[in-house]
Amino acid sequence: MTGLDARVVVRRPAFTLDVTLAADPGEVLAVLGPNGSGKSTLLGVLAGLLRPDEGHVRVGDELVTDAAARVLVPPHRRGVGLLAQQALLFPHLSAVGNVAFGPRAHGVPRREAEQRARELLAAVGVAELADRRPARMSGGQQQRVALARALAPDPHLLLLDEPLAALDVDATPAMRSLLRQMLRGERFDRPKQTAVLVTHSALDALVLADRVVVLTGGRVVEQGPAREVLARPRSPFTARIAGLDLVPGTACPEGLRTADGVVVTGRSGDGAALPTPGEPVVAVFPPSAVAVFAERPHGSPRNVVPVRLAAIEPRGDMVRLRAAALPGGPHWVDGLAADVTPAAVADLAVEPGAELWFAVKAAEVAIHAAD
Amino acid sequence: MSTTPGEAPARRRPDDHETGVGVPRLLWVPAGLAFALIALPVLGLALKADWPRLPEQLVSAAALDALRLSLLTASISTVLCIVFGGPLAVVLARGRLRGLRLLRSVVLLPLVLPPVVGGLALLYLLGRTGLVGRGLDVAFGVTIPFTTAAVVLAQTFVALPFLVVSLEGALRTAGRRYEAVAATLGASPALAFRRVTVPLVLPGLASGAVLAFARCLGEFGATVAFAGSLQGTTQTLPLLVYQLRETDVEAAVALSLLLVVVAVAVIAVAAPRTTADGRL
Repeated sequence: MTGLDARVVVRRPAFTLDVTLAADPGEVLAVLGPNGSGKSTLLGVLAGLLRPDEGHVRVGDELVTDAAARVLVPPHRRGVGLLAQQALLFPHLSAVGNVAFGPRAHGVPRREAEQRARELLAAVGVAELADRRPARMSGGQQQRVALARALAPDPHLLLLDEPLAALDVDATPAMRSLLRQMLRGERFDRPKQTAVLVTHSALDALVLADRVVVLTGGRVVEQGPAREVLARPRSPFTARIAGLDLVPGTACPEGLRTADGVVVTGRSGDGAALPTPGEPVVAVFPPSAVAVFAERPHGSPRNVVPVRLAAIEPRGDMVRLRAAALPGGPHWVDGLAADVTPAAVADLAVEPGAELWFAVKAAEVAIHAAD
Repeated sequence: MSTTPGEAPARRRPDDHETGVGVPRLLWVPAGLAFALIALPVLGLALKADWPRLPEQLVSAAALDALRLSLLTASISTVLCIVFGGPLAVVLARGRLRGLRLLRSVVLLPLVLPPVVGGLALLYLLGRTGLVGRGLDVAFGVTIPFTTAAVVLAQTFVALPFLVVSLEGALRTAGRRYEAVAATLGASPALAFRRVTVPLVLPGLASGAVLAFARCLGEFGATVAFAGSLQGTTQTLPLLVYQLRETDVEAAVALSLLLVVVAVAVIAVAAPRTTADGRL
């Protein structure tokens, strides 16, 4: 039995979405991708709100969409639930009424549906709000009720569309761990939930998902176990959301050679030998490993490159300096980040537009094959 | 927003500390004149009234007949507006037909058309020699003009757009997102409509119905043209007021005040729903 098996092709004037997805029963699959990469279109097809031009969707053992055979089971009959960024609780119903809505729609008697709704509300930690209308709940409380509501009809597949994106910072960690426990059946007596999670956050993907698929321009560019994909990004987008710096190039004995001939010295990312020279590879390093200088540093075994300072962004206790290419300088420095202390920024006394040197030790640079 | 369980977010309330952005002073003068234009005539009516004799003027046979007929026909017309205008609003808000835009402008016609023209149009459609009227007469021996049914039709004709516009707006504001959520929870389109869409637009439907009822109660032009002014059958309150305005001014004033009271009651019922944020 499969949890989800889908091939989805949607042709739009601007781009084509063409992806194949699979999830085992109880598996959570994260879909990462920049805006416009086709994530919403993909969810629409899985939910039955959109008809694909080609392909099929199989949820559990049931074929719910098949473009060739003209199968399109309507949304309410495919057992696919949705938890979106906005809670979208029915404003005229209490929390219990909202959660009981799904079971009631499936013909469960009122008393039983409400009993189950109260149990679920207790499981998501808002038992005391059972009789309250959504207008009298905070955003975090509403999203908890929305999670209980989405799980109440026991969907074969749950779609999570950036479920934490609209919550305020204080509410996010608790909701994230609740989501994890509910999806894994650790908090309520239910089986592990098969789910597709669309997110922009590497942390959400790491905490909630078993596997990750990275979508760019309508295609899957990377996939694999969440930890692996995010620790060894092979595309600039993945590196960026994983908070890592990435330089593409080809393998050379020292590590990596960029398209313009600059050699980046590094070590093999997986501990094995470096890939054969000439193979496509990426060099990956954390922004915290990048040292920043106003003048070219001398005499240390570092990779050093001149950049233009594009932006200064606060990042927790640190400050992130974002690089752009200098006129006539290497292009691949575009978007590289360096995390430094506020004191270091004050010492540098720089503003965006200034010319700086980024340096990173060879020992911090991991070289991965980029297939 | 707070996340402490059991604690609701503070609800927004008008706050004495808020100064807001002031209204330009220049606007106060025309605004005051506009208000005076609406409020002063009603005051004039009240001053003109012969208060001690008011009760006996209100209980004359003609007045009671007119009041009873007005309430009856306006109620029936409002129900017809809901039964037929409600589905029309759903089609206009949710339908995907071509020509819907044209349909919408046609629905608005009674709002901009002089009511007496509407009455004449109804007469030429349903009169004994009219397009549909002749058929009704020949086939069933039914004639509509100058009956209570004609009053109801005339009122429904002029009041329909009020209900349709108000409800269509509510449907558009509610959007389709809640219906999509209901579908992912397993609700069929019919169930989602009944349990989600209808409750969501209920305030809009209520305020539309109240507006339609008020419009029916005040209807004059279309009624006079299509139904005439026969005491007990087609003479509603506005028609009686118009008839009495020369022969018995004080009775006319008394009945006018009655209509004002009903209008104020209607506003009192409708206002809290429309001024909040469109939600209950």
